[in-house]
Amino acid sequence: MSNDATIHVHGAEVTIHEAYEMHDHHHHQSFITKYVFSQDHKTIAKQFLITGMIWAIIGGLFSVLFRLQLGYPDTKFEILETVFGHWAKGGQINPEFYYALVTMHGTVLVFFVLTGGLSGTFANLLIPLQLGARDMASPFMNMLSYWFFFIASIVMFSSLFVQTGPASGGWTSYPPLSALGQASDGSKLGMDLWITSMALFVVSSLLGGLNYIATILNLRTKGMTMTRMPLTIWGLFFTAILGVLSFPVLFSGFILLLFDRHAGTSFYLSDIYVNGQILPNEGGSAILYQHLFWFLGHPEVYIIILPAMGLVSEVMSINARKPIFGYMAMVGSLFAICILAFLVWAHHMFVSGLNPFLGSVFVLLTLLIAIPSAIKVFNWITTIWRGNIRFTPAMLFAIGFVSLFISGGLTGIWLGNSTIDIHLHDTYFVIAHFHIVMGVSAFFGMFCGIYHWFPKMFGRYLNNTLGYIHFWVTIVGAYLIFWPMHYMGMAGVPRRYLDFRLWSSFNQFSDLNKMISIVSIIVFAVQLMFVFNFFYSIFKGRKVRSTNPWGANTMEWTTPINPGHGNWPGEIPEVHRWPYDYSKDGRAYIPQTEPVNPNESMAH
Amino acid sequence: MTSLWIVVALILGFIITFQIAKASEYVGILRGEEKSRKQNNRINGFMMLAFLIAGLVGVWYCNERLKGKILGEAASVQGERVDTMLYITLAITGIVFFITQIVLFWFAYKYQEKEERKAYFYPHNNKLEVIWTVIPAITLTVLVGFGLYYWFEITGEAPKDAQVVEVTGHQFGWEFRYPGKDGILGKKYFKNIDETKGNPLGQLWDDPANRDDIYVSNEAHIVVGKPVKLVIGSKDVVHDVGLVHFRMKMDAVPGTPTIMWFTPKFTTRQMREKYGDDFNYEISCDQMCGKGHFSMRGVIVVESQAEYNIWLAKQKPQYFAAHPEAAPATPVTTPATGDTTKVAANSTTMK
Repeated sequence: MSNDATIHVHGAEVTIHEAYEMHDHHHHQSFITKYVFSQDHKTIAKQFLITGMIWAIIGGLFSVLFRLQLGYPDTKFEILETVFGHWAKGGQINPEFYYALVTMHGTVLVFFVLTGGLSGTFANLLIPLQLGARDMASPFMNMLSYWFFFIASIVMFSSLFVQTGPASGGWTSYPPLSALGQASDGSKLGMDLWITSMALFVVSSLLGGLNYIATILNLRTKGMTMTRMPLTIWGLFFTAILGVLSFPVLFSGFILLLFDRHAGTSFYLSDIYVNGQILPNEGGSAILYQHLFWFLGHPEVYIIILPAMGLVSEVMSINARKPIFGYMAMVGSLFAICILAFLVWAHHMFVSGLNPFLGSVFVLLTLLIAIPSAIKVFNWITTIWRGNIRFTPAMLFAIGFVSLFISGGLTGIWLGNSTIDIHLHDTYFVIAHFHIVMGVSAFFGMFCGIYHWFPKMFGRYLNNTLGYIHFWVTIVGAYLIFWPMHYMGMAGVPRRYLDFRLWSSFNQFSDLNKMISIVSIIVFAVQLMFVFNFFYSIFKGRKVRSTNPWGANTMEWTTPINPGHGNWPGEIPEVHRWPYDYSKDGRAYIPQTEPVNPNESMAH
Repeated sequence: MTSLWIVVALILGFIITFQIAKASEYVGILRGEEKSRKQNNRINGFMMLAFLIAGLVGVWYCNERLKGKILGEAASVQGERVDTMLYITLAITGIVFFITQIVLFWFAYKYQEKEERKAYFYPHNNKLEVIWTVIPAITLTVLVGFGLYYWFEITGEAPKDAQVVEVTGHQFGWEFRYPGKDGILGKKYFKNIDETKGNPLGQLWDDPANRDDIYVSNEAHIVVGKPVKLVIGSKDVVHDVGLVHFRMKMDAVPGTPTIMWFTPKFTTRQMREKYGDDFNYEISCDQMCGKGHFSMRGVIVVESQAEYNIWLAKQKPQYFAAHPEAAPATPVTTPATGDTTKVAANSTTMK
């Protein structure tokens, strides 16, 4: 690589000016190769992040729209008809539109934001920087990974504008509903676009994942043994493995669905009389799709949460000024979660007619996940015990993450137990559970990462005050929105109902629904404020003046403030220790690149 | 108009917040970044404690407000098991919830940055880690043990004397079939479905077991205290028979019959006395099934054996709806059915 420059820079303090100068001597890039079809992992990370943010705004906006319906089922909002036409005739969201909104909200946030946006951003940014690599193992494949993600985004986005509407069978798209255009308008063209987009997304994910694994295994700098890797990398590593092993299964499920839709096959279809029409299909199993879907679908929630766990562990240790407690236990529990993630998928199907004995096996395996999760929580708490905590916005989000992970994780013990799941399955309890444990908390992990590594990405800080407001409003809002939903779930209120006035069993929560809707609008507004802060600070934020603003040990802070393509202007530094020597022997921090002093107390 | 005002208010609020945020950054720089950072740290440290206290009060308040609106008494024997399991789990996870949340935010407050404090280098402690691996493992074993005991009890074979009712979901409603006097549901085949000819379920009229099967839609009747076994299917997409008061739920899958059984404890009338006149045992569809999903409502009437008998006597077998010519001559007759046909019919229709 061209940056294997002749000049060897000693010490960490390299000014921006110097870095740029060196960079310019060797690299002459056009705007297109630098910012668009870039092969620099840092630029690709930013592309993933910004695309993810755009999707997050869209996905969040959808939730605001359907919350309007849920909070105010009998109010007419004229503005809705102005904007959405016949989808919201008379200012009220019609059922097809409502289902399209919840479906796209789920699809967009699960896949395009919390998978593409989260892993894509931080795997790309941090793997080479924290491991001491100039770039990914295959920068070209990495670029392809983003552009497949981009095309998937375009296809998904275009599906919002087709006449019969986007897919509307829920983010899980169970057939026969998703297979039959007669059963639902959303299962017409919208569904084909959905499948196409998701297939492209899987390709992007695989290209990215293989690259992350290859990079982590092969491109660590001298001295960076696997057990000296920061926990961020471990989290991203297991995430990539999960993705590579489970996305292909989802892909096959989609292909079969596509065949059932257009080639007359009967993989998922049997004995169907729909809309007055008898279909010829016999012998298929609708449940087969659910198995294929959840074989990815469950690992998917760990694909979302493991990177967040890694980011949080790292930020927490840095800002508590203490080593992460039980590094090996943290790695071990990530590993255990990664293995168990493949063995629990049928807990989404306890009431699908699954053999009760098989169900019991999945109960056992599901509740086992609570053990590594508990270890992680206790270790995080012990990490801040007797620390000297700096409440940067990133640290606040890390603490918030742990709080949410506890709240949402504990309700997993309810749902994983099939006996309780009979009652709570597909109710608001499930909504509360997964939004807290993998929705909001993964967002917290992501915010934690953005606030912490923004200086590395853009050489400037985000505005702190806005960061604090962002955090406090979001955590209070998240609990106000999702905590009471547990109660609705215990009352048995089903998911995906847009109006409860018809029911005598579920109509007792209209005040609560109003409150939740109001809070979600406020929380959404505060997220927009964060987005503003983000873009404003890229250009106008306070400048970073030291290469290591947080006093951190990991390698990304040994690069110049604005590293060029290749990351280190000179040789890549060698690593001599684990990344968590904080407050050791009376020293605030000891970077990984510092050789072990013979007088040092025993290493970890 | 209101929405416009909300938007204006939000924008104004945002501009003000942003100006304050910007100003505080400048002030911070003027006063010295380190000094203002420490002040922010104290504020956020205090907020941790405040959030903890407000959160605990909030949890209590939320419970006060909502506990009366949820989980009325389970109306089936099996539902009681579900509730017991739910309360056991609530107790255990509740304890863990309070301990961990309190400790988390208390530590965050207590160990906020102070000049004189030095963070304690504490990378690991194997004994501690073993302890908090083993304790959750034991607790979970208990939960799994209870859970599976109840699970097998609920999902096990239905009692022999259980009343069989077939439930079929369609977009967007419920249909029921009773086996009639012979106690067997006749065979059916989806390609025979013809609503115009009085055959909404596709019954095979050649099967004598079908002659006395009774068809009703939207409202089913069952007997209090007597186990009822639902044989569940769907005509089009996946639905789910959700019976919130009985704490029961089972998917309705086209092509794959499923089974669920329970013993209702209270009649609809008894429940109305307790919960008001608009009470109904409602069947909700709990699996996304299309645009009418939210309105896919059915009703189950639980009544005494005597009331049930009266209701049943009023129902005419669907066979006569499909064969009006046969109706007047033959009142509810049951063709001779030996045990052999019974077994055969059983094995094909309700696997």
